[in-house]
Amino acid sequence: MPTSTSPRPPATRFTFSHNPRSLRLIRILLGVVSVLLFIFLWDALVRWQDYPAFILPPPKAVWGKLLITLADGTLWRHASITLAEILGGLLLGVTVATLLGYLLAKSPLLDQLLSPYIVALQAFPVVALAPLLVIWIQQPLARTILIAALVLFFPVLVNTIVGLRSVEPELVAVMRSLQATRWQIFIKLEIPFALPVFLGALKIGATLAVIGAVIGEFVGSNRGLGFLINLAQGLLDTPLLFVALFTLALIALGLYGLISLLEYRLLAWKRAA
Amino acid sequence: MPPLLSLDHVFKSFGDPADPLHALKDISFQMRRGEFLCVVGPSGSGKSTLLRLIAGLLQPTSGVIALDGDPISGPSPRVGIVFQTSNLMPWRTVLDNIALPLELRGESKARRHQIAREYIALVALDGFEGHYPHQLSGGMQQRAAIARTLVQNPELLLLDEPFGALDALTREYLDQELLRIWRLKEMTVIMVTHAINEAVWLADRVLALSQRPGVLKADIPITLPRPRTEAMLTHPDYLTLVKTVRNHIDRPVIQKPTP
Ligand SMILES: Nc1ncnc2c1ncn2[C@@H]1O[C@H](COP(=O)(O)OP(=O)(O)O)[C@@H](O)[C@H]1O
Ligand SMILES: [Mg+2]
Repeated sequence: MPTSTSPRPPATRFTFSHNPRSLRLIRILLGVVSVLLFIFLWDALVRWQDYPAFILPPPKAVWGKLLITLADGTLWRHASITLAEILGGLLLGVTVATLLGYLLAKSPLLDQLLSPYIVALQAFPVVALAPLLVIWIQQPLARTILIAALVLFFPVLVNTIVGLRSVEPELVAVMRSLQATRWQIFIKLEIPFALPVFLGALKIGATLAVIGAVIGEFVGSNRGLGFLINLAQGLLDTPLLFVALFTLALIALGLYGLISLLEYRLLAWKRAA
Repeated sequence: MPPLLSLDHVFKSFGDPADPLHALKDISFQMRRGEFLCVVGPSGSGKSTLLRLIAGLLQPTSGVIALDGDPISGPSPRVGIVFQTSNLMPWRTVLDNIALPLELRGESKARRHQIAREYIALVALDGFEGHYPHQLSGGMQQRAAIARTLVQNPELLLLDEPFGALDALTREYLDQELLRIWRLKEMTVIMVTHAINEAVWLADRVLALSQRPGVLKADIPITLPRPRTEAMLTHPDYLTLVKTVRNHIDRPVIQKPTP
């Protein structure tokens, strides 16, 4: 093979351009290719091993089930419940965790009083409380929201405290020397300072809220994707189970993506070079 | 004319009142309007504490600090302070950092940006309005920090080793800039520095603090004419004054290892 007869620059062989827009396009294309490849391999596996549909249904069967459940409203009815539980749990858990985190970060007394419980509960698998909550709370929606909120509560709480504690005292001194009020210090210093840690906590919280909602539905509910998964298992309707699983994955990914986008926008200053 | 600033038997201690750490002991001095004062002393002698007391960020344990005869009870727009590290907010642009004091005062965006731009020009940061602090050099960050303090038009400017972390050439340049701004704005300045020659070159008066607890060891008038020039740095009068100040400063105690 002749060595380098044509003066083709090697750097442009694999990337079409360094402009960020075409880079993004390439990334999207690669994503689509990867999904298509996954479906192809899945289909090939089913054909090769000749699995019965209740063990591993072919992609076509899952697709058909998706269309049916979309058309008769089943999927949306269950997915909307789960989505409401996830969002409700996220809102409740993050709000309470942030408020309590603020108090704990600010008040050494409260911190000393409560931190033993927080440390103990952090190690405790909160999901184990779910059956107890079934006894205590009759309303499935409220109960599942509470379970989701509980699952994400401690990680978000700890992150909020860490974020607020890291606010540099020198910056507080600057604000004070400029006669900033307590409220201005909160709005213009503490919130922006803690924002990166808080957004990280929100991402963890969103992932945990999905887990919490599914567990809440597993332990006692007659609606939602978690219930649908249980139902499909009982009926050995594996295509339906896959539809529910994929929908759940889509919700989790969408939520995570939204928060990442928010992070990208709010922390744009970090990328300035 | 009454003094702009007066300290009257000021003491400051920290920590447990039963076993206090005495940072400053019996400090008394006065400053007239327009004066440029430098404070020197070994590390831990209470220089920063002194500035924080005058800025109203700390309260004296006993004694009185008064501005125009009124005791200082907290931070006031009449006194501005610049710290050793620029302490700019990393998520704000240079323009929005410098406009912060005006924002806290509730000025409209158009107005505060207009005023901030004047001060950006004053510290020669034109063209960097939209930059973030991490995109600036250390010297530029300190200039932005000074502009942020000046934007509220303080009568008394306090500087806590503002150029201590910068290289010698940048520091010399910024010292000259500082004198230019001081003359232009007709301010009163107290600057803490650990560089004795810098203090002598800048100041009308140099105060020397002793090792902890900080007591006022010397109050040395600097009789060099103004404007100060680079040529003075080799003048015998300047060198004599540097030597005088140096003689008043405690040498760091080096513990000999006990056998
Ligand atoms: N907030 C504080 N709490 C306790 N001790 C302090 C505090 N601020 C300063 N000190 C102590 O007071 C002494 C003087 O500190 P400082 O004013 O920073 O000195 P300098 O600026 O001259 O180096 C030091 O021993 C320091 O540890
Ligand atoms: Mg200091």
